[in-house]
Amino acid sequence: MKYQLLEIDPLFTFNTGNMAEIEKILLKYPSSFPQSAVLPLLDIAQRQNSGWLCKSALDEVAKILHMPFMQVYEIATFYSMYNLKPTGKYLLQFCRTTPCWLKGADDVELACKKHLGVGMDETTQDGMFTLKQVECLGACVHAPVVQINDDYYENLNKDSVVELLENLRRGDVTGTR
Amino acid sequence: MLQEQDKIFTNLHGQNPWNLKDAKKRGDWDGTADLIKQGQVELVNQIKASGLRGRGGAGFSTGTKWSFIRCDDGTPHYLVINADESEPGTCKDRDILRAEPHKLIEGALIAGYAINSHVGYIYVRGEYYREAEILQKAIDEAYEAKLLGKNAAESGWDFDLYVHKGAGAYICGEESALLESLEGKKGQPRLKPPFPAQKGLYGCPTIINNVETISVVPTILRRGAIWFASLGRPNNSGSKIFSISGHVNHPCTVEEEMGIPLKTLIEKHAGGVIGGWDNLLAVIPGGSSVPLLPKSICDTVLMDFDSLKEVKSGLGTAAVIVMDQSTDIIEAIARLSKFYMHESCGQCSPCREGTGWMWRMMDKLAKGHGKSSDIDLLLNISQEIEGHTICALGDAAAWPVQGLIRHFRSEIEKRQQHG
Repeated sequence: MKYQLLEIDPLFTFNTGNMAEIEKILLKYPSSFPQSAVLPLLDIAQRQNSGWLCKSALDEVAKILHMPFMQVYEIATFYSMYNLKPTGKYLLQFCRTTPCWLKGADDVELACKKHLGVGMDETTQDGMFTLKQVECLGACVHAPVVQINDDYYENLNKDSVVELLENLRRGDVTGTR
Repeated sequence: MLQEQDKIFTNLHGQNPWNLKDAKKRGDWDGTADLIKQGQVELVNQIKASGLRGRGGAGFSTGTKWSFIRCDDGTPHYLVINADESEPGTCKDRDILRAEPHKLIEGALIAGYAINSHVGYIYVRGEYYREAEILQKAIDEAYEAKLLGKNAAESGWDFDLYVHKGAGAYICGEESALLESLEGKKGQPRLKPPFPAQKGLYGCPTIINNVETISVVPTILRRGAIWFASLGRPNNSGSKIFSISGHVNHPCTVEEEMGIPLKTLIEKHAGGVIGGWDNLLAVIPGGSSVPLLPKSICDTVLMDFDSLKEVKSGLGTAAVIVMDQSTDIIEAIARLSKFYMHESCGQCSPCREGTGWMWRMMDKLAKGHGKSSDIDLLLNISQEIEGHTICALGDAAAWPVQGLIRHFRSEIEKRQQHG
């Protein structure tokens, strides 16, 4: 099953800084429609929780926005940017759609899989990298593109992407962006 | 060809900083209050007269859309700007967000006033994290300079503008799915009517426009509807940002005149097809949703709504995906079929089931494991999906497949091992 909440679930509560942020976000929407804030709140929860959403995080969001848990769960599974299981420190999202594919996206993917010894939807043993295939990232004139956490890395090839991985491993995130 | 002095987006590639100070040097926020003081009716009329057609793909007249809003019923009105740019091949709005955000913000204020709205939301796709960051900073700057908020830009109009980030769903680019998403639900398109202009965000009258559409509004008003209408061709006026990707020497985004020949566009701005024009196989001229065109049509076709419609394709988002002779054309379209399968929201059966079915069939045909008769079956199924769904995603999934069969049927037939 692609989406499955983990049996053992860590306890989640928003930290003070994020609670203040949430207050600000709620002001963007009419007071009678707090549910509008569900996408940004899930995003904040995911960031606080090292890149994934556990059940109690969904619970927290549901409580704050006065939504049924199931509705929040439904949303968390509908949108592709929410991760319902832990990911590596770096989430590598490879664009597979035609414009990137025309420019060698397959080679970039293959080079990463070979270099790291893991496949798609897998995480390296050291917990550094998770690989994921995604649809068009909307940077087609710079294809092939890989999104790593919040950043786009563009015009890659099989060599430059491996170099990028090594830079990330060393903590040199400015790398070849 | 677009003359240098007629360019609207003079900083499209971030040659200079995006910030307010530099944006003002480029002419943004110049006399905004005077533009607004012309009145709502006059603004709508000018946009109508300019011939501006929506830049998000459907090409509906922007002025006409604005005129659907009733301004006298006392309910809140909303302006929603669609920055959920996800159509494969398209990356023009991204450049506006990160290099020309003040054109968008100024346009939002003017459009907000024209449709009687005091609140605007810009729905940015979640993956554009850095772009949304820049946009937010630009909005903060605008608030600080009193260009947004109470009596925005001393126009006498109060206007608040918010960024709302999506979370990864192509379907949220469909306007009613976008509204659902903005209301905190799954992005599943609504049945129409009622149209958003009557019942949109939170059940209130709402106008939804693409980033590029809103961003060109201030310049059109400053330079005049006649100027904009004089560019391009009748019924296809103005300039437009094209994204040229795939097998060209210099993939790029570029603002050009509507109606420019496709060949000129590619050769002049993208350094030509890799290996020369004769090495061209096919072009998808308007983002993944429109049918591809073989080289013979590409030789002469003009890039505007009506010319591309005549050759059974479309301008869409003006995302030009170029494929040279080395391309496995069946696989290229099969990839798009998988895209639509992944992005179908699952609401309507013909789309939910049909996109998956089409992808499996396309995959089979790409591998040569099908039969010639499968092609007619595929065509038939695609026609059963087309027009039978709530939104246009079903159509968008069907058209690339139909385009492939129309122009490359013999290629598909040749590959099948079982005749």
